[in-house]
Amino acid sequence: MTDLTDLGVAAIRDGVATGAFTATEVATAFNTAVAEANDALNAFIVTTPDAALAAAARVDAMRAAGEPLGKMAGVPIGMKDLFATQGVQTTAASKILEGFTPEYESTVSAKLWDAGAGMLGKLNLDQFAMGSSNETSAFGNVISPWRRPGDTAPLAPGGSSGGSSAAVAARIAPAATGTDTGGSIRQPAAFTGISGIKPTYGRCSRWGVVAFASSLDQAGPMARDVTDCAIMLEAMAGFDPKDSTSLDLPVPEWSAALSSDLRGKKVGIPREYRLDGMDADVARVWDEGIAWLKDAGAEVIDISLPHTKYALPTYYIIAPAEASSNLARYDGVRYGLRDLPQGAGLQDMYAATRAAGFGDEVKRRILIGTYVLSAGFYDAYYTQAQKVRTLIARDFSQAFEQVDVILAPTAPTAAFALGENSDDPLAMYLNDVFSVPASLAGLPAMSVPAGLDRNGLPLGLQVIGRAFDEQGVLDAGLALEQRAAFSARPAKWW
Amino acid sequence: MSVDTATVAKIASLARIRVSDAEIEAMVPELNGILAWVEQLGEVDVTGVEPMTAVIPNTLRLRDDVVNADPLTGGDIRDKVLANAPAAEHGFFGVPKVIE
Amino acid sequence: MSEYRIQGATGEWEVVIGLEVHAQVTSNAKLFSGAATAFGAEPNAQVSLVDAAMPGMLPVPNRECIRQAVRTGMAIEAQINTWSRFDRKNYFYADLPQGYQISQLYHPLVGEGALEIQLDDKDPTSTKTIGIERIHVEQDAGKLMHDQHPTMSYVDLNRSGVALMEIVSRPDMRSPAEAGAYLAKLRQILRYVGSCDGNMDQGSMRADVNVSVRRPGEPFGTRTETKNVNSVRFVMAVVEQEARRQVALIEDGGTVVQETRLYDPDRNETRSMRSKEDAHDYRYFPDPDLLPLVLDEAFLAECRASLPELPDAKRRRYETALGLSAYNAAALTADVETARQFEALLASVATEAGKAEADVAKRVANWLLSERPGILNAKAIPADSPKNSLEANTAIVVATEAGTISGSKAKEIFERHLTGDIDLAAEIDSNKQTTDTGAIEAAVDAVLAANVDKVEQYKAGKEALFGFFVGQTMKAMQGKGNPQAVNQVLKAKLG
Repeated sequence: MTDLTDLGVAAIRDGVATGAFTATEVATAFNTAVAEANDALNAFIVTTPDAALAAAARVDAMRAAGEPLGKMAGVPIGMKDLFATQGVQTTAASKILEGFTPEYESTVSAKLWDAGAGMLGKLNLDQFAMGSSNETSAFGNVISPWRRPGDTAPLAPGGSSGGSSAAVAARIAPAATGTDTGGSIRQPAAFTGISGIKPTYGRCSRWGVVAFASSLDQAGPMARDVTDCAIMLEAMAGFDPKDSTSLDLPVPEWSAALSSDLRGKKVGIPREYRLDGMDADVARVWDEGIAWLKDAGAEVIDISLPHTKYALPTYYIIAPAEASSNLARYDGVRYGLRDLPQGAGLQDMYAATRAAGFGDEVKRRILIGTYVLSAGFYDAYYTQAQKVRTLIARDFSQAFEQVDVILAPTAPTAAFALGENSDDPLAMYLNDVFSVPASLAGLPAMSVPAGLDRNGLPLGLQVIGRAFDEQGVLDAGLALEQRAAFSARPAKWW
Repeated sequence: MSVDTATVAKIASLARIRVSDAEIEAMVPELNGILAWVEQLGEVDVTGVEPMTAVIPNTLRLRDDVVNADPLTGGDIRDKVLANAPAAEHGFFGVPKVIE
Repeated sequence: MSEYRIQGATGEWEVVIGLEVHAQVTSNAKLFSGAATAFGAEPNAQVSLVDAAMPGMLPVPNRECIRQAVRTGMAIEAQINTWSRFDRKNYFYADLPQGYQISQLYHPLVGEGALEIQLDDKDPTSTKTIGIERIHVEQDAGKLMHDQHPTMSYVDLNRSGVALMEIVSRPDMRSPAEAGAYLAKLRQILRYVGSCDGNMDQGSMRADVNVSVRRPGEPFGTRTETKNVNSVRFVMAVVEQEARRQVALIEDGGTVVQETRLYDPDRNETRSMRSKEDAHDYRYFPDPDLLPLVLDEAFLAECRASLPELPDAKRRRYETALGLSAYNAAALTADVETARQFEALLASVATEAGKAEADVAKRVANWLLSERPGILNAKAIPADSPKNSLEANTAIVVATEAGTISGSKAKEIFERHLTGDIDLAAEIDSNKQTTDTGAIEAAVDAVLAANVDKVEQYKAGKEALFGFFVGQTMKAMQGKGNPQAVNQVLKAKLG
């Protein structure tokens, strides 16, 4: 029998359905893999082997009873610890929520359980999803399963969905949920040689997902390949009346419609993404990607997205502004940490609780956000940023009059070592330079593994599509995947 | 625009985050670095451009006026509401006494 | 109308008043959640995960709350903004779980409107138009209790997230009376529209009172805002006290500080709320959890179609179409419940009597405004007593209208109906009044004969005695004499 942990979503689901193995066997195999790896990788904040087994037992029973099985039946997954899970601690990787046990289940996780998935545990992340290396977690760094050859220096798994990327890359979970605010699915996917898609803003409900920046946050799947992403996204997406920004649209059968035949399609290559001093390996992989899409039948066209250089500064006004308000609810009154110094009044309790509960990066962003919204500065910063955001979105809509999808690198470099960028917030922010524009425009975008850099570390390519056109993104991703034939995987050292 | 220690102290107070003088000192150059960088937005000509209101064209749906139609967004769940409270007594949340 | 002036030591001062009224929107569920809004529930029983601001919770607006605010805007003939937005007002307090209040600063639902107040009940020309700047919709906060525990305050979030309309006037009022009249008029309209129950004692309606003073004709002075004033009387008191305080302060060489104040009804004074003085910076910005609110024509048409006849229009119609006095028309339209009762009884009486409404309106109005209340008050019978039914009122008024029984008999029978167990129809029948001239003449003769001295006085010019003779005659006839016939006979006999 094959090692069950080598299987992805489609293979597990199909194997369970045909009876090649049971869901319980799959859950047991992954539970064991998680238990072996987690001390070294720190991918999970809490593990929930019993939940995985219980879900598997339900699927096995349903199969035995001849009942129809869901899209994710028998697939155990990791759940980013930003999704509220009923009865299971939900922390956003922050001390301020340590011990918080929701009495509710997020819409996305509930949909996944309804589709037959099981939960291996809650995955580590950058605190409140703020970070690009998973170094801002209050529960310790996630260590990437990847290493540079002949070097044991721990590498960043990317962020904020660093636990998700590490777990999938290490094959201790066949798939995981992620959330993407400015690249938090795509950049960690690229860093670890896996696939991940951020769908159109509003496809996946935000209800029950700890908010970072409401106008940008969007959940999506992270898995080994494009097909698995398509299947899992079908299970996660869908209209939710509890989320005012949810899209009231049917969920297409993306996986069934997948096609890597791009004849008649046009692919845009944004010239502004070719930065001065661009990493040579990143440039090479991008060129290869262009060639692969041509090979798949697409016509490649140079395009311009003139406001690209303003995307990051725009993001670093809007996201902190929204976060400063979204995180005001963590005040020690109704849940989570309370720090009540002797004799403190209410306002002192707030200040002490939030000082003790939030990490440095979270505090930094709350202060930036508070400042840009404050009296006298609001128009210069926030209003200006929202206007530039309009221009960035307009750049994309004009480009999509000419092309069907856009191809770009996912991140400016391969994974860096832990600690390498953590002293300089701005250097860290620059990691999102290629991923942030699509987030600001709410567009679907995915990263697929495309090759290795000179150090043998994965590099990803990013496909950005029109609003609602996840199919176009997934199809181009599949065409890249087939031609890249990315088969590298981290050697097991844990 | 750049911030000084007094401004950082003021925004930390507005954000209800207690910071020590040493932390403020460390934050001033960090925040100024970030602010100087985002201020490049000022060079963009936004004449006649509306600020973005909805990233994907969509308008607000309204809910029917029905009590507890969905248990996930309805009331009558006091135990759940109080379940994670650091201090809950007699059905209330407790906070340090507020003198008004 | 004389202008209201504060007489200071150094001369006259004019007071300038604007009101921000918070009115709880009548709805079953809260503005952004499905929790109930009913008054008086157990603490935290009417709190959803959304209202408690649990992580990941999101607001979805209640259509009815938007509809009621739009209808209110239409009732004051205001601009309805078909494109509006919700903004977050950020501040920290234990009664504000989200750490922000969802409100509308930049693009309110309702724009400019106006309200006409009447300063003297008896003078329909004593009107003044008060501008309304805007109406926006926002969340109410929870409630803190400070006296239940020695070291803790208790937080009840039942009110947290209940929909409020904030109705902001222009600084157009110039006296306590105008402020009082404005608030009363606003409450009347809200009750007519049905968008707020107007119960100020339950906190359904409360006003923030902005007051400044100036020399007549000079620019506005610095204003203070006295928060959460919960009756018309208190609003008037706040204006007066605050204006006097400011005048005294300025004349003493001081300056008015723009600040939030609180009214203490027991001491009838305002005082500074120093605890809330730390420079607020609310950092308003559009709520990214909510999209722009766009109203379509069908929604607006329904709002318009469902508006009732409003008090001013109703009052004019009562005067012109029904021929009621200005005073009675105002009294009947003062609150929506009285108007509703009047119209129900009017329709019923007109049908039963086979007459046009205009022909019976005066009688119905008098019955409702003076005759019946007299009986109810004298016998301490609540107006909602089941005996005080539409049918009983109709029977009595119709019998009076037809001349079957006299007005005084009507009151007497109705009183016995309310307090005892009588057969109303039989009672009316057995008390039919007579127009038999012979019987009346006999009774009149007897009365005049028994009161020769008064007849002398009457003839000497004391005409007020006529009523005495009428009363004596009616008494002699046990109330069954037709008053008109009695009058005629008496007039003839007294020459």
